[in-house]
Amino acid sequence: MGKPSDLVQGTLDSLILKTLSLNPMHGWAIAKRIQQLSSEVLQVQQGSLYPALHRLEQQGWIRGKWTESESGRKVKFYSLTAAGRKQLEAERANWNRLSAAINLIMNEA
Amino acid sequence: MRWLDQLWMQVRMLLWRGNADAELDEELRFHIEQQIAENRAAGMDAEEARYAALRAFGNPASLRDTTRATWNWARLEQFAHDLRIGARTLTRTPGFAVIAILITALGIGACVTLFTVVRGVLLKPLPFKDPDRLLMLYEHSTPTAGGGDFPYSVVAGGVYDAWNKENTTFSSMALIGGNQVGLSASGGQLPERLNSANVSWNLFPTLGVNPALGRGFTSADDSPTANGTAVLSWSLWKRRFGGDPSILNRTIYLDAKPYAVIGIMPAWFAFPFSNTQVWTPVYHEVPESIMSHLDFHRFRVVGRLKPGVTAAKAVANLSTISSRLHNSQLNNPFISAAAISRPLLEHMVGEVKRPLYVMLAATACLLLIACLNVANLLVARSAARRKELAIRTALGGGRMRLLREHLMESLVLQAAGGGAGLLLAYVAINWLVHTRNDIARVNAIHMDGVVAAFTVGVIVLCALFSGLISALNTDDKQMLRTLHESSRGNSAGGTRARLRKMLLAVEVGLTVMLLMGASLLVKSYQRLRSTDMGCITDNVLTMRINLPTSLYKTPGPAPMNFFDTLLQRVRALPAVQAAGFVTTAPGQGYMGDMGFTIKEHPPQREGEGTVAINRSADPGYFAVMGIPILRGHTFDDNQRLDHANETIISESFARKFFPGEDPIGKHLLVMGDKLYVIVGVVGDTRYVIGEAPKPIDYFPLYAGDVNRGTLVVRSNHNVEQLAVPVQRVIQSMDRDLPVADVLTMDQLLGKSTLDQSFNAALISAFAVLSLLLAAAGLFGVLSYMLAQRAGEIGIRIALGAQREQVLRLMLADGLRPAVMGLLLGLAASAATTQFIKAMLYETQPLDPEAFAVVAILLIASSALACIVPAWRASRLEPMRVLRME
Repeated sequence: MGKPSDLVQGTLDSLILKTLSLNPMHGWAIAKRIQQLSSEVLQVQQGSLYPALHRLEQQGWIRGKWTESESGRKVKFYSLTAAGRKQLEAERANWNRLSAAINLIMNEA
Repeated sequence: MRWLDQLWMQVRMLLWRGNADAELDEELRFHIEQQIAENRAAGMDAEEARYAALRAFGNPASLRDTTRATWNWARLEQFAHDLRIGARTLTRTPGFAVIAILITALGIGACVTLFTVVRGVLLKPLPFKDPDRLLMLYEHSTPTAGGGDFPYSVVAGGVYDAWNKENTTFSSMALIGGNQVGLSASGGQLPERLNSANVSWNLFPTLGVNPALGRGFTSADDSPTANGTAVLSWSLWKRRFGGDPSILNRTIYLDAKPYAVIGIMPAWFAFPFSNTQVWTPVYHEVPESIMSHLDFHRFRVVGRLKPGVTAAKAVANLSTISSRLHNSQLNNPFISAAAISRPLLEHMVGEVKRPLYVMLAATACLLLIACLNVANLLVARSAARRKELAIRTALGGGRMRLLREHLMESLVLQAAGGGAGLLLAYVAINWLVHTRNDIARVNAIHMDGVVAAFTVGVIVLCALFSGLISALNTDDKQMLRTLHESSRGNSAGGTRARLRKMLLAVEVGLTVMLLMGASLLVKSYQRLRSTDMGCITDNVLTMRINLPTSLYKTPGPAPMNFFDTLLQRVRALPAVQAAGFVTTAPGQGYMGDMGFTIKEHPPQREGEGTVAINRSADPGYFAVMGIPILRGHTFDDNQRLDHANETIISESFARKFFPGEDPIGKHLLVMGDKLYVIVGVVGDTRYVIGEAPKPIDYFPLYAGDVNRGTLVVRSNHNVEQLAVPVQRVIQSMDRDLPVADVLTMDQLLGKSTLDQSFNAALISAFAVLSLLLAAAGLFGVLSYMLAQRAGEIGIRIALGAQREQVLRLMLADGLRPAVMGLLLGLAASAATTQFIKAMLYETQPLDPEAFAVVAILLIASSALACIVPAWRASRLEPMRVLRME
């Protein structure tokens, strides 16, 4: 296995939404989770994670909330809104269509 | 709900930006801490873990910036930035800014004022319950066979009674009669005349309005045998009774009869007229004999439709009833056979509708002219800043960015102008409401949220309009050429000047339209005021006196004695040349008419009738007013009480009813019972200014059958000075008698032409303003062209061009857009003046004189605006100009 790959352009938003669809978490946990779920293939750069989180929040797809963590520190937890859930469905459908198409081309004999 | 989330985020970001920054820092710090903790867990020491974490994190400052850029207030911040630049560029040229703001303020102020008035008077629904179900009802009369159609006639008491009882389409129907009553002196206050309304008891419930204090009328109050009751208007209560609630159930004296005050109407309630001050029950006020007449037309009727019934169906229902009444007495031609209606709002404001919309259109023109002027100024300025703009474009300044700056600059201008305009409008509306409180629904004129929204809309539209015109004018393809050009700088800006000339032509065209409207209205007003009333109007004083019937019973000797004594005493006053008394003086209105037949003529066919305006006058009246006695003589001295049997007719009466005959000695049978002999024919007078004279017959005042009318007094000079001595004479005869409408004939006619003079004055003011603006625009464009072409002109002069040639060249250049605009405007006016046709008196919309005046005025003022820059061009010193290169 080589170096962890950068994310495919434009897919970070979908990944964040998908990650948050399970349960609310903070930025650090989102990054870790994506890394974990992709078996360490995908590495989220902080430089793109936080702008993405804030952009999604501005668009009303996720909502940030300051809560105390177990250690008693104030942490910003993000959760999916109803609109975000809809958006996730749309992006998932779109991704499936796209990836199937790309697969067709890449694997053509 | 997503948009709500978004909105909330935006507001939060805007208001708590500092907070958001701190939160972002906190979030990032947490991330790093987590990373450090993970590194420590992987076995690094504290220092190493920290460095590794920061390394992995990258540049926190740049991360912070990228994140912040996603926050939506970035766009708002950009807006504020542009706004600041716009404001700063404007403050750099304060003269320009002030002029542009003033122009805009005038335009927007005028437009907002008129919009507020139109909205208050015409557009707002009436403040009654379900106002769209209220109808004003009239009789549709055709009293003379082939003698014309009289829709919208006032309603006779008996007809109302039948309508009210028999209709199946109205949930209620109320009767309204106008009147004036004298409120007796009390508590040290002088007696005064009040505008009163006699109404059926159900008027207030029909409209759906309750008194603010006390109660309304009950059906028991509305009968001849009930005790007198009165409801007061809020303003009368405040003014005359100091707003004291204990006035309820107290007694006041109206026309010397006692009335218990039972209620006070709310302050906004003004019905049937904006100056109605007291309401009394009609069946208590008006004798039963009159209330049951089928042909004595004197009341207005307002009805409330039953739910689900259309106006057409309801009117058909009433027409059926009227037709039955008409057919039951076929020998009486004055009983109408049909009914007709119109919406209550239209009844109240129908007359002012067209003038108001014309005014609104005029202010819209003015606003457009103001906008064009500001656009013109902006174009000129961006032309002056061409080099700067070209350099910015060359350095990579985005076109959008430049466009945005243009728009922003224009928005700042228009917003400042609009703010000032709003203030202006506020002042103007206050002034209007105070000076023109005779306008229907004047108390509904208020500035409110809709007006504010309208103002904002106008500001944005104007900003877009003038900003886009100037912005689209900066074409960045030509930018590079500009840089080349300006290094040579001989004759630049040709295209720019062309655009400005086009704008000017449009501006001049609009000005011409306004000028045309103004000149037509002014001419019409002058025609109106110079109408021959048929009587003397100089140095004649009039005042209205109504004797209370309770003390001066008609018919009877009391009114006769009063008028006789009054005239004797007034005539005895020094400086009084002559004095007389008439029920209604010329110019005071139609008032009343009577049906009659001529004894010497063959009887009329059934269903036909003849009517003429009737007046009662004392024998001296015709001499006082200078109404010529064309044939016969005035009333004899014996024409008193029961002996009265003479009548005098007007010239048009004689012409219409006695063609080719001598009317003297013929007899008139009036109202079917009394016979009068014609003893004189007098000249025609106009019952109202602006209407052709109608047949009038005069009856002797001393018959004692009238107790109200107008005293007319004539003097050599300064007749106004007689007002006090004459009123003192009246007071000495009856202390409680109020005198109303003390006016000279000139004032009386001026008052009745107030609308016309007001409209003419207002439109003229707009026209003069726009002429000034257009002239200023011409001056500006030509001065600018001169500045641009100074080098070229210098060379021409140096090469031997005559100074007159240069003058002519520049003049022609400046006048071309003016002439274009003039032609454009005249053509447009030919169409638009048709709209004010209904407002004109004896003036045609295509009046050639008016067209000529406007054309000359416009060319003259354009030439005046152009002559200074043109002359300056011809005086250029070629050496100096060329050296400046």
